[in-house]
This record gives sequence, C-alpha cells and structure tokens, in this order.
Amino acid sequence: MATTVTRENPLIAGLERLPVHPTTLVIFGGTGDLAHRKLLPAIYNLAHEGQLPERFNLIAIARTVQSHEAYQQTMRDSIERYSRTPPNPEVLDALLENVRYIPGAFDEDSVYDELEKCAKWFDERAGIVFNRVFYLSTAPQFFPVIVEQLGHKKMDRIKGAEVRIVIEKPFGTDLASARKLNRTVLREFRESQVFRIDHYLGKETVQNLLAFRFANTFFEPIWNRNYIDDVQITAAEDLGIGSRAGYYDRSGALRDLIQNHMSQLLALLCMEVPASTGANPLRDEKVKVLRAIVPPTLEEVPRMAVRGQYTAGTVGGEHVPGYLEEEGVPPDSDTETYAALRLSVQNWRWAGVPFYLRTGKRLARKVTEIAITLKPVPHLAFRETGSLGVQPNQLILTVQPDEGVSLSLGAKIPGNLMRIRPVNMEFHYGTAFLSQSPEAYERLILDAMRGDASLFTRDDEVEAQWSIYDPILEQWHDSSNPPATYPAGTDGPEEANALLAPGHHWRQL
Amino acid sequence: MLNQRASEGGGVYAPARVLNLIVIVDREWRGEIANRLEQVGRYSASRTIMCVVEQGRDHISAWARMSAPDTAPPPGEIAPVREQIEVDVGPQHLLVLDTVVDPIVVPELLTVLWSPHGHQDAVDALLPRIVDVILIDSVFDPDPQDALGRVEELSKKAYVVDLAWLRSTPWRERVAATFDPREMRNLLSAISGVTVRYRPDSQASALLFVGWLASRLGWRVSPLSGVGAALHGHARARRQEIQIRLDQHPDQAVPGLAGVTVDTAHGVSVSLDRAPGGLTEHRRERDGSEHVWKVLGASRGEGGILGQGVRQALLRDPTYKPALDAARAMLP
Repeated sequence: MATTVTRENPLIAGLERLPVHPTTLVIFGGTGDLAHRKLLPAIYNLAHEGQLPERFNLIAIARTVQSHEAYQQTMRDSIERYSRTPPNPEVLDALLENVRYIPGAFDEDSVYDELEKCAKWFDERAGIVFNRVFYLSTAPQFFPVIVEQLGHKKMDRIKGAEVRIVIEKPFGTDLASARKLNRTVLREFRESQVFRIDHYLGKETVQNLLAFRFANTFFEPIWNRNYIDDVQITAAEDLGIGSRAGYYDRSGALRDLIQNHMSQLLALLCMEVPASTGANPLRDEKVKVLRAIVPPTLEEVPRMAVRGQYTAGTVGGEHVPGYLEEEGVPPDSDTETYAALRLSVQNWRWAGVPFYLRTGKRLARKVTEIAITLKPVPHLAFRETGSLGVQPNQLILTVQPDEGVSLSLGAKIPGNLMRIRPVNMEFHYGTAFLSQSPEAYERLILDAMRGDASLFTRDDEVEAQWSIYDPILEQWHDSSNPPATYPAGTDGPEEANALLAPGHHWRQL
Repeated sequence: MLNQRASEGGGVYAPARVLNLIVIVDREWRGEIANRLEQVGRYSASRTIMCVVEQGRDHISAWARMSAPDTAPPPGEIAPVREQIEVDVGPQHLLVLDTVVDPIVVPELLTVLWSPHGHQDAVDALLPRIVDVILIDSVFDPDPQDALGRVEELSKKAYVVDLAWLRSTPWRERVAATFDPREMRNLLSAISGVTVRYRPDSQASALLFVGWLASRLGWRVSPLSGVGAALHGHARARRQEIQIRLDQHPDQAVPGLAGVTVDTAHGVSVSLDRAPGGLTEHRRERDGSEHVWKVLGASRGEGGILGQGVRQALLRDPTYKPALDAARAMLP
C-alpha cells in the first residue's frame, strides 16, 4: 500500500486504540464532586491504559484559591480513592506534571486571560498547538456565562487545532431554556464543536442496544407493531435523594431521568438502522423517533402521566423517612420523586404500541431495564391440556445492576401431559466477557477529545426531547392536585396502574 | 431467573462462559505457568484445562476447582465463577490428548491452546478439531527463523495469537499516533530509516514490528544481515530506500522492545524508549529543534501480555499476517 500523498493513516488499521491529537483539557468546576469522583479518575484510567493523547495537559478552574501543587495533591487523592484501576505511581506522577490550576469565578475576565496564557504556555513549550477541550462540569447557571466568555475572548477557535466544548447535564430545564442555551452556545461554537453529555450513552449496555438490534438477524423481523405488544422502560432506585435535595427538589424525576437517559433508551430501541456509521446518521435516526412522539395536550396529561412522591417506609429492613422529611426538602414541596408515562411513537413501525416509562426514588429495588412483551400466539393448540401458564414471550434488556439480556419462552413441563410454562434464556455480560467495562466517562472524554460525537446529544435532539415533556411539566406545575404518594420500598403509587391498557401490568420490581 | 434470585436473596454465582483455555505444561514447570495464569487477572479464561505432562506416568488423573471473586456479590448482582481442571498425563497420552480433552471443553465456546513447552505431538492431536486459536510466544523460541516459520505453519490450521506481536502493540500504537497529524502523515512516505532496540531474546518482536511498518507502508523488504549484536539491511519504498537496523539491548529486564527510532528524509526523527510510567518520546524537527516528553501508559507486565493474548483470541487482527510475511522475508 504505497502512498505518496497520504490521506488516511495506514498505520491505524487493526489498532484498538486510535490516535488522539495532542490535547489540553480544561475542566471548569475542577473541584466539584463530578470532577473528583468521575472525571479525574477517568482521565487517570485513560493514562494508565495508554489511551490519552501522546501529549496531554489538564487545566482545572474553580473558585477555591489554591496552588497548582495543592490541586495536584487533591487530584492524586481523588484518583487513589475512586479510580477503578489501582494507580501506578509512575504514571500518576507523570500525569500530574502537566496539571495546572486557575482559581477564580467563571464570570471574571482575568480567569480567561490566565487560561489563555496557560494554554499557550503549554503550546509553546511543546512547539505545537494543542487541541482545546473545554469541559463544563459546573452548575448549569454557569454554562452560558462560560460559553460567552470563551467566545468573547475568542477562545472558540484556534489556528492549527480543534476547539471543542463538552456540556454536562442538565441541558436546560424545559424547552424554552434548552433553546435559549442552544442559541447561546451556537452563537460562539459550531454544532460540530459541541458535545452535550448524557453519560448513559457511554455505558456499554446502552451501546450494545445497537449491536443487539442491528447485528442479529432474528430480532429485526419482529421489531415492530405486528409482533410487539408493549414496551416498559424502568429506571428504579432504592435510594432516596441523599445530599442532593437542593438539586433534586428543583429537578424532579421527569427532568432527572426521563427527559434525557430514558428518552435516549427509547430512541435507540425504536430507531431505524442508520444509513452509515458516524455521529450524524445515528443522531438523525434518533431525532426521527423523538419527533414521532406526539407531545400530549395539557388536557391529555393526566391520562398519560402520573407523578408520585415517597412517604416514610421500609427499605432493606430499615425505616426510611419520606421525601418531605428529607434534609433540605421544603415541607410543602410537590416535586415528583416518581414519574410514570405512557407514550406512543407515531410512525409506521410503532403505531399502536404503548411505551410505558417509569422512574422513581426509594422504590423496592434498584434496576434499569427495558422489557419488550411480544403479542401472544394467535392460537393456543394446547389449551385443553392445562396450558394456563403460557405467557407471551418477553425480552428483557437489563442495563443495571447486572447487565444482560433474558428471553422468556414457553416450554413443556416434564410429564405425560402437554403442559407449558415460561422458562428463561439468559445472557449476562459479567459471565460472557473477560474484560472490565470502562467507566462511561472514560469513553465519553476520549470521544470528545477525538471529535466523535456519536454518543453525545445534538441540539435538535435535546429540543425534541424537551418538546415531549414540556406539556407534562407545565400541567404538573399548574395543577392544584399534589403528587400521588407511595410508601418507600414499594413499586410506586397505585395511580400509575391507570396508565396501563387493559391486560397490561407493570413488571414487578 | 438468575436476576430474580439475585434480587430476592442477595447476589448469586454463575459460571463464566467465555472461552476454554487448554494449557500443556511439563510437570517441573507447572508452578511457574500456574503463576503466570494467576497474574492474568480479569482476562482469565472461563474454563482452564491444564494438561500436566509427567515423565513415567502411566495413568491419567484429574481434579477440578471452581473459583469466584474473594468478596460475595452484592444484592442484585451476579459473580462469575471460573473453572480450572488439571489433568495429569504421561508422554504417551499426548498423541491421543484430543480424546482426553474433548469431553471436558465447553463445546459451544471458543477453545484456545497454549503449549509453552513444545509438545508438538499434543498440539497436532488437538489441531484443528478441538482448537480454534493457538497462543504462542515466538520470543521463547531460540531461533527466530524457526519461530516465525512455525507460526506460518500453525496459521494454516488455526488462528494464531503471538505474544511477541502483542509486545509490540504499544509501540505500534504510538508510532501510528506520532504520524497521525496531517503534517506528520505526509512524512510516512519519506521514512528513510528504522532502528529497533530489543532484548536479545526478542528478535521476533523486533522483526514483527518492522514487518508491520513495511506491510502497512508498502515497502519491499529483503533479508537482513548480521554484524555482531546487530542486524541491518534495507527496504525499498516508492521514493527511497529505508535503512533498517535491529540492535540488541541486553540491559532490558523484560522481553520485548526497548526502543524504536524512525528517521525521515526531511530531517524529522522520532525516538520512543521505555521509561517509568510510559515511553519517552524524543522528536527532532526539520529545523533541528528537539522536544522530549513522556507518553503515559502503565507497563502490562508478562501477566498482562498473557492476558492480552487470551483476550485477543476473541478478536481478529488483520494486520498480523502481512506483518508476519514481511518479518519472514527479512530473516537473515
């Protein structure tokens, strides 16, 4: 393969770790909880595995006044505590050598002057221009401030290198705020530079949904309204809100999980095969699904959405307080800790199939799963001989805690009679693969540095998500009816059963 | 059902089902090989069948062990259980080892064979009916010519994973990354020299590395000649000749490469050398300026290399065979 004018790099064929251009990563909110627990350990793990760019610098920015050395020590502590790989001291030392810290408020001009100076110093020292990745790991009110400052200081472009911006969730609190934030971001950056994080998309199981659907022949023929009766997507947690009352009480279950993570699961489950690989064809197909979900009118909301709030109860044998008794929660809060919806995807493939989504805190069990129930067989030949136990086939895709797939099948009970009962065929990632899955943030940080936006949410995608849920939020906000209640440790409020079509029932948690 | 049981009564154990690994070892080296397999860690096979060959043994005996993680799985989670079977055999059993092993491999899984102490008769008995992938380490064959020739032969019967090739992976990745930026990519056609430094027993890794470059860049290679501890020769690219030099580096503690230097006709030169915490990259630019920095990455150690070998059994590397062909063409 002799080449004189080299367009593709012929050396990357067959390699698992693809090259990443030398990068300076800037974390706004470098002292925050997300940085300490997730981002810094993820960066270390990338270094440990040899996956960081061949030259890599990190600049952290936060309000706390401290020296570079003090921040490096904090970073070392975080990595030692939270890294999934025990740190190698030599790798960690070498990583910390190129870490710098800038103290200051995000609206201060001087912070950006200092940032520019520091980034240029790295460039000059290396004799190259590093790509810049600005990671916004701050409270959401600072997103527009930082974006505008970067634009104002002309740090959104750089000659000879790429500039990218990663924005953490939540991206807006409703459609209007998401649109406003999109406008602000896209005034300063092109869409191809913007990486909106939904860390669920970095999970192996979520990515495997695509492999599962599009790498296996036998699912596609039944993946439609003719064979699928209904779909339930559940993201249940047994924990309460912990120390997140301030965030959670403003957010609620619908904004916290359904608008982003669960909508992404729904889109991946329902989308058509992308025309080609790459970020945009994939996101085009997801957007088509989201736009095919017709938002409810305000009048329709009570018939397709239920909100709930947990009261005191028992979880794992221990008494736990109700939401209103949690520390930091206003005693008259009507924030939902549980939300259940019935949605329909109005297209040729899915018309008439109900999609049930539910999420909640302090439920009976922690589980995230997609349950696809197939239609019953058209004629049950064995009815006379006691086949009452026959159930429609059910395909369960479990995202957590134990990632895997199970399929329920009807099988003959041993004996003289043709009696049938459901049995399960199961596949578990933990037993079928040798490797430990990387943390979602490792994959996402690497993809952002590489410029691959496949696992990030596009502007129209975010807005399509909010379009579905805006009327629900509005109706709940204006309603004089408080959320339904459910005791902690149960499957949620009874009222959620009213969403189900006749013959359907929520899967037991 | 497992999920249901896990959610009802805490975590549960379930057998891992990834691949079978058959290992054929001499009795006196059994402990060393067992230790290497222990170090593989998370890439352990789900069922390991260790056939221990003992001179004078006239009967076959076996024992089995199941092992799970030290800590019990938390509620709702499933812990994989790995299985190890040790079969003690005499040399006379090797010719019919397939009949011994066949009933104890998990049939629907990929089966990998590693025979670090030779035993070609056993390898022949198991290939290709039972074994899908054969794991070898060309580094531990005293003669690289024999080693690479053997790989060629084996690759006709099963997919070959060569640990000598995997030892060159970080070097291949870093050279690929170095030449990935557009301005560097254009220099690929101007490469004028490649020097590889390697531990004296790892000539196969060095040859495979140069073979990889040659096969990816379309160089015509010819046999190298030896001078002392060095081999040298040249390859022919479209525009110019490439000087190739393989230098022994006796000070290196672990098998594999110690360093790589790539020179170009435009004066740009890149060197990578082992260093604590990764590789040291030394680059000389066209204008003569020089930069040195550390490319981060933890050494995987010999346990890690073996683990990578087991893992690679589940994958396919399309670049290995062309690199092997080029490496064989460079043999002195």
